[in-house]
Amino acid sequence: MTTLTFEDFKPGHFGTFGPRHVSREEILAFAAEYDPQPMHLDEAAANASMLKGLSGSGWHLGSLMMRMLFDGFIGRTASLGSPGVNEMRWQAPLRPGDDLTLDVEVAEARISRSRPETGIVTFKGTIRNAAGVVLCVMESPIIVRRRADAGAA
Amino acid sequence: MRFFEDIEIGARREVGSFTFTADDIKRFATQFDPQRFHLDEEEGRKSLFGGLAASGWHVAAVCMKLLVADGKRLAAEAAARGEKVAVGGPSPGFRELRWIKPVLAGDTIHYSSRVETRRTSEKRPEWGILQIRNTGTNQRGEVVYSFLATAFVPRRNPGS
Repeated sequence: MTTLTFEDFKPGHFGTFGPRHVSREEILAFAAEYDPQPMHLDEAAANASMLKGLSGSGWHLGSLMMRMLFDGFIGRTASLGSPGVNEMRWQAPLRPGDDLTLDVEVAEARISRSRPETGIVTFKGTIRNAAGVVLCVMESPIIVRRRADAGAA
Repeated sequence: MRFFEDIEIGARREVGSFTFTADDIKRFATQFDPQRFHLDEEEGRKSLFGGLAASGWHVAAVCMKLLVADGKRLAAEAAARGEKVAVGGPSPGFRELRWIKPVLAGDTIHYSSRVETRRTSEKRPEWGILQIRNTGTNQRGEVVYSFLATAFVPRRNPGS
């Protein structure tokens, strides 16, 4: 399998990945370890919350997006890591049993000034459930190596 | 968790600290971020990180873990004083999340929190909305992580 480099990321729609099924057990396990708020753990408290029913942690959703990005393409990309996330919007709750689909767009791709052998690709990722409802939208840059012969250009 | 009326702008609160072991780093990475520099010491050394590095999402999830624990401590203290306990709402998101320096196996990160702005919600008068800058600092005093969170906190006296 070929490794994707900076040159493979052009602005526009990049791909659709998933579906990824999320079980109740996974939601409870993540919440118990990292986000033990009653709305993520307890059915009665969740029903009384603003989200009206058991929901997954937003950080679980972010971590799931990372995994879907990895399985989708980052696992075969010459990625050197990410400096951060420009914005994350949690728009609708993650529910037990959801099947998640991830749409990835390249918002921007530019060569790094400080490390010219690399480029910075800014991705916009949107996760939807099976009903097509947007659960979250994230914009994040990733540092990607340029092809070995790219410096000659 | 405190009520909207009790929130002070600019006050820094120590939230707690966490030591990232190699086992923790690999366990989180195996599940959510299996890039080679999060799974293997030698691959980490060869990477930009210079060692086995925690996934940024792991650094973020641990921050949430400590924020929730701190909120529970505040709630327990309020309950012990016989006061009404504030229960927070869900967050609509965050901005400006920065993984500034790698978190390597063995590093201890101290997290702190500072409220930058507060306003009342027009749509939901029983809630206030805060913007909070959460920061992680390692054992050498280097800032490694920060983000600007948006949070709903309940108002003690809605409509006042």
